[in-house]
Amino acid sequence: MAARQGRLGSQVDIPSFFIQILNSIQYGLLLFLCASGLTLVFGIMGVINLAHGSLYMIGAYLAFSLSEHLGSLWLALPVGVVLAVVFGAVLEWLLIERLYKREHLHQVLLTYGLILVFEELRSVIWGDDVHGVSMPPLLAASIALTDTLSYPVYRLWMSGVCLVLALLMAWVLLRTRLGMIIRAGSVNSEMVQSLGINIGVIHRIVFAAGVGLAAFAGMLAAPVSSVFPGMGNQVLIICFVVVVIGGIGSLKGALVGAILIGVVDTFGKVLTLEIAGVKILPELAGMSIYLLMAVILIWRPEGIFGKVRS
Amino acid sequence: MNAQLSGMERPGRSGLAPAASAALLVILVVAMAVLPLTPLGADKFTIQLLTRIMIMAILAMSLDLAMGVCGLVSFGHAAFFGLAGYVLALVAPQGEAAGFWTSIAMAMAATAVLALVMGALVLRTTGVYFIMVTLALAQMLYFLFHDTKLAGGSDGIYIYVRPDATLFGFRPFDLDNVQHLYYVVLVALSLSYLLLRRVLSSLFGKVMSGIRINESRMQSLGYATFRYKLVCFMLSGTFAGLAGYFAAVQFGVVNPDMLGWHLSGSAMMMVILGGMGTLWGAVIGAAAMILAEMGFQALPAVTINGSEFNLGKHWQLWMGSFIVLVALYLPQGLGGALSALWRALFARKAAPRP
Amino acid sequence: MSDIVLRTDTLTRCFGGLTAVRDVSLACRFGEIHAVIGPNGAGKSTLVNLLSGDLPPSAGRIFFGERDITGLASHQVARMGVGRSYQKTNIFLPLSTFENCRLAAQTRLGHSMRFFRHALSFAEINAAADEAMVAAGLVGRADVIAATLSHGEQRQLEIAMALATRPRLLLLDEPLAGMGGDESARIVELLGGLARDHAILLIEHDMDAVFAVADVLTVMVNGAVLESGSPESIRSSHAVQEAYLGSDGVHG
Ligand SMILES: Nc1ncnc2c1ncn2[C@@H]1O[C@H](COP(=O)(O)OP(=O)(O)OP(=O)(O)O)[C@@H](O)[C@H]1O
Ligand SMILES: [Mg+2]
Repeated sequence: MAARQGRLGSQVDIPSFFIQILNSIQYGLLLFLCASGLTLVFGIMGVINLAHGSLYMIGAYLAFSLSEHLGSLWLALPVGVVLAVVFGAVLEWLLIERLYKREHLHQVLLTYGLILVFEELRSVIWGDDVHGVSMPPLLAASIALTDTLSYPVYRLWMSGVCLVLALLMAWVLLRTRLGMIIRAGSVNSEMVQSLGINIGVIHRIVFAAGVGLAAFAGMLAAPVSSVFPGMGNQVLIICFVVVVIGGIGSLKGALVGAILIGVVDTFGKVLTLEIAGVKILPELAGMSIYLLMAVILIWRPEGIFGKVRS
Repeated sequence: MNAQLSGMERPGRSGLAPAASAALLVILVVAMAVLPLTPLGADKFTIQLLTRIMIMAILAMSLDLAMGVCGLVSFGHAAFFGLAGYVLALVAPQGEAAGFWTSIAMAMAATAVLALVMGALVLRTTGVYFIMVTLALAQMLYFLFHDTKLAGGSDGIYIYVRPDATLFGFRPFDLDNVQHLYYVVLVALSLSYLLLRRVLSSLFGKVMSGIRINESRMQSLGYATFRYKLVCFMLSGTFAGLAGYFAAVQFGVVNPDMLGWHLSGSAMMMVILGGMGTLWGAVIGAAAMILAEMGFQALPAVTINGSEFNLGKHWQLWMGSFIVLVALYLPQGLGGALSALWRALFARKAAPRP
Repeated sequence: MSDIVLRTDTLTRCFGGLTAVRDVSLACRFGEIHAVIGPNGAGKSTLVNLLSGDLPPSAGRIFFGERDITGLASHQVARMGVGRSYQKTNIFLPLSTFENCRLAAQTRLGHSMRFFRHALSFAEINAAADEAMVAAGLVGRADVIAATLSHGEQRQLEIAMALATRPRLLLLDEPLAGMGGDESARIVELLGGLARDHAILLIEHDMDAVFAVADVLTVMVNGAVLESGSPESIRSSHAVQEAYLGSDGVHG
């Protein structure tokens, strides 16, 4: 994904190490944005949504189309988020709502069907080509670190936006009345219902927010990763790894998992280059995140912040 | 409670239904066996299609063993399927035929080992983690074959010459012959079915269903469930490997898509569509899925408001919608619907033991 | 004291801030029924879960015979000869009554990695399952799906499954709860008979039944042992009367 584009010489000096750190964090935060929706929807409604990655892809394609039509990513972002949230609410109303009481297997099946539908709709609407999305001019510059190394402003901005959103999410969940209801509803929805709160509305809000987050992550990533078929599935699998590492249902876990993956993925590539010297299967670096997952599974099968089943 | 009840087994140690379904199966197998001798069987396309369906039926059956019988919802079965295919491609000497018996044994052994290693890892988790982890590990394997030059990268490897079945100087069949391959796969499917059926009614089989229904109770009865699940996962993976081996033989090519999650998803869909836990349901499901796929692909192009839209080219749209509908309205699958119909028609005749 | 089958030493289990079981030391002897009573939430079920390995203890030790079994998994504990029933019915709902018992009896074979021989062809296992069903009063219900059994019958099945594994120690968590009068009486009689060649730990709210069969009584309140001794000494204990028997804490 995004971090793959970071270029680096074969020896690691301080500035390039610094760049890798920034890349790790930026990639991690973006993953967090995407994984948080997945983990929230599971934690609160108990639904595993395989189509989450497709929503990321839809976000990226929306960024592509909207910024062409509206002339700027600045306009595309808010319009795209609104569209995605509305889409999410409709999706919840039409289909997802029926899954809450079902087995995981049926959830997997239905949302897998949705992946095929979304991917094909993407092909019908946008075709199968790779598209670039241009950055807003304001963010298109780079900051020089040394004479030869610089860091793009857009990536810094991305990290900043993701961080703000992470804090905002934590604030909503921990400090607001809505957040309190959501947390209570995930533990005992009957109790919440008996307080006269319509839990169905809460679920719709949470799902729509999850879709909004995934789509927003896709929009943010579009200018750096470009927009291409199948991009959602790639992200979905990595989000799974994030969630397995962090513990599903935990926002904190998603953040820690995402940053870990960001670091391991970014440095995995650098280090294999270093150790191997020559390019002996540098592609194997892609395996590093799965190795990390395997280690976590051996150490703590429920994930770092997952609840231990008793 | 509901989840438990959904796998309701018919009462009684004997009954009408098993005998009838056994008779039905025999008829089906005999019909399949004589088919190539009839005019319909002269059509190469039909024979190849049926071969493909039977191969996918073996895959679906293997998944049913894990998912429908033991409750291990694996979203990574393509890994075993694909690996077996790659084993054949890699052991075949350049431009020459691999030995059928050795290569099939090697392919199945390799998948058994993969299932053992993967199972040891994924079986530490349950529920939705299990689904995600099997998917992630299978994708890891996909990327391993896709991104590296170990085995032809994203293009895969062609198997120019099909394996040679010569054994002690005698060649019982020729896999280049479409009809021979058809019969070999028919035998493989029938044997797999009989063998797995047998396993289902064994002590081990009873433990597997017990684990699906209520794993913690099995533990407090004294079963080390992890071990049984691991063996089940290995057995399942090995049969998925058998299917993958024949797929590679039939298509003469292996590529990373054989390991991809679309195949895992299709296999899962076959099992659910056919009805879980019965093994024959998986066979029905495989046939239904492949025929549905062909049907969708054969859809014509239509003209809407002056612009042409090719329905068949976008068959995934219909397949996806079909899957969504099955998940919503037919969660017990065609097999479940048939069983319910059967019960409704004949339930009163099968009186319970006094 | 070779007749001690199970012994605990200051067994403790905490759930977060709550100490559900606190410093419980008790012993179950062969040929004896040891009843544990106490008000709701006293920690009785938690104690059983600790003994059966369903839950790991936070502190303290458990000895089965001479062996320290603290921290063993439930299947390992079961293998050593500990059978249990659950307060909340925990059976295989889609399977027949017979199959529930057969699955329990199957554990006697050591392992079940047997792939070819038909499961119903093991005569001794079938006999053991039938025997357990007869003992628990489920005659004629063999082919009924467990989910369709009446609540009382499901409770009986729970006991039959515990028996079918042929344990040396039986942990019974409120076996009579939800059972009809006749069945209740039958099970009480069964327990009396079983006591001859088992050690039994019985959790029960039905005081008549408890005083009818128990050889030793332990009273738990708020996770801790309040008093332990013979039924007579418990009946006459002032502390027990005040904390438990005197109030309306008696159920059933
Ligand atoms: N898994 C758990 N997590 C948290 N608290 C628990 C758990 N299990 C039991 N408790 C608490 O521990 C205390 C003891 O519960 P326990 O079920 O052992 O009581 P009991 O004596 O069996 O009660 P009853 O007579 O109602 O069956 C209760 O306050 C209960 O809420
Ligand atoms: Mg209790």
